[in-house]
Amino acid sequence: MGYLSRHSALDRPDNAVVLFELDDVTMVRDRREVLADLRARLPEGASCVAGPSGCGKSSLLRLLNRLADPDAGVVRYRGHDVREHDVLELRREVCLVPQLPALLDGTVADNVRYAGRLWDRDPDVARLLDLAGLDVSYAERPASRLSVGEQQRAMLARALALDPDVLLLDEPTSALDEQARGAVEATLTDLRERVDVSIVLVTHDLEQARRMSDWVLRLDRGQAVQQGPAHALLPA
Amino acid sequence: MTAGIDVSLGQVAAALALVAIAIAVSFWQRAGLEEEIGIAVVRSFIQLTAIGFVITFIFDQDELVLVVALIAIMVGFGALTARHRARTVPGALVPLVIALAVAATGTLGLVVALGVFDPEPRFLVPVGGMVVGNSMTASAVALNRLGDEVHASARELEATLALGATSTQAAAPIVRRSLRSGMIALIDSTKTTGLIFFPGTMVGMLLAGAEPEDAVRLQLILLYTLLGSVALAGLISVALAYRNFFTPAHQLREPPEP
Repeated sequence: MGYLSRHSALDRPDNAVVLFELDDVTMVRDRREVLADLRARLPEGASCVAGPSGCGKSSLLRLLNRLADPDAGVVRYRGHDVREHDVLELRREVCLVPQLPALLDGTVADNVRYAGRLWDRDPDVARLLDLAGLDVSYAERPASRLSVGEQQRAMLARALALDPDVLLLDEPTSALDEQARGAVEATLTDLRERVDVSIVLVTHDLEQARRMSDWVLRLDRGQAVQQGPAHALLPA
Repeated sequence: MTAGIDVSLGQVAAALALVAIAIAVSFWQRAGLEEEIGIAVVRSFIQLTAIGFVITFIFDQDELVLVVALIAIMVGFGALTARHRARTVPGALVPLVIALAVAATGTLGLVVALGVFDPEPRFLVPVGGMVVGNSMTASAVALNRLGDEVHASARELEATLALGATSTQAAAPIVRRSLRSGMIALIDSTKTTGLIFFPGTMVGMLLAGAEPEDAVRLQLILLYTLLGSVALAGLISVALAYRNFFTPAHQLREPPEP
């Protein structure tokens, strides 16, 4: 199982509350097992799911808010099978920001308001853009004319309009250069200081996992090879 | 409304000269359509001759139940043909059957109820055929577009579902565009009718010796009827078929490529 046994760290009462538990989760896609009898825990706070391309990281992320269901096994959120939650409320509470930008036609503000309208909310666009590291002048810009990095920030602002408890971030910096990557990491760190939100970040970059998370789950070929506190698993 | 007209088989055979031109063009340009043209000519001859006998039988019997049976068969064949064009839409047959059946019964029922046509086989059979045919084309175009759009926009759809949108909310822009593409051809042809082309019914009536005023009025009735039926068929087929791309838990059945 790796550095720590499956339960040791999280079973301690002083440890963070377990957000997600995956028990014997198997997922098959295109006749290939992308997750195989996976057992893992992700606590509140900042977690990273790290591993090489094709190891099943993004598939795992999509199970956490039921964009997909496993072929076998159980995924629990706050102790309850995700299938027992209202699926739409689960997605509001556990909001996924995909790897590649996928904004709707219209301005950045239109996108943020769209997300708010889904939940009868009138979002404070300027504040949400600020949290996502975008100047308020971006509000009226057409979403399709932004750079990839700016679109990803707009996606983050849109997700924050739902007032989520957990943000699932699928490789948010994979399409960015080093400078832009650093800026996004700073935004996420700043976000966690200003908003009470847990983060599950998928990355193939172990250095990023060390910088950005308290807890790391390392995957390889659909199985957990290590999971535990980031400072212990990935020392500087 | 119309005067009688006799058309001999010899006249039909003479028209084959035009088919010879089509085959010659295909052969000359190596378009490879000679066989297709041949099949089309033979099939159209057999199918129209057969339907001519069927219609004669139904007119002679003057029984509405036979009209219903004929339109039901048209709906079945129309749905099968449209499904062939909407291959990327899973389970498209049932939505198509429902869409064509509702379009046919709804519009025919309405034109009879409004007193536009008498409930007689002589009116219901040809109008029903046009309604089903146009509805089939519109539904096929709309579902074809729906399938293409869902596959091309899978990332946007899933990103919207990830915000807690229902599948209906996520698919709404695609449903709108698909319905629009199904209806736009008939709307455009209705706009330009009389300017750029003469529609078939009007041409047929004029050839049969009807007064132009009668031909125009009947054509207008048919165009307006077809607009209603095409809108109904397009809406119902798309509104039922888009659901097949999603699970009851508002997940895409075929998620985007990673």
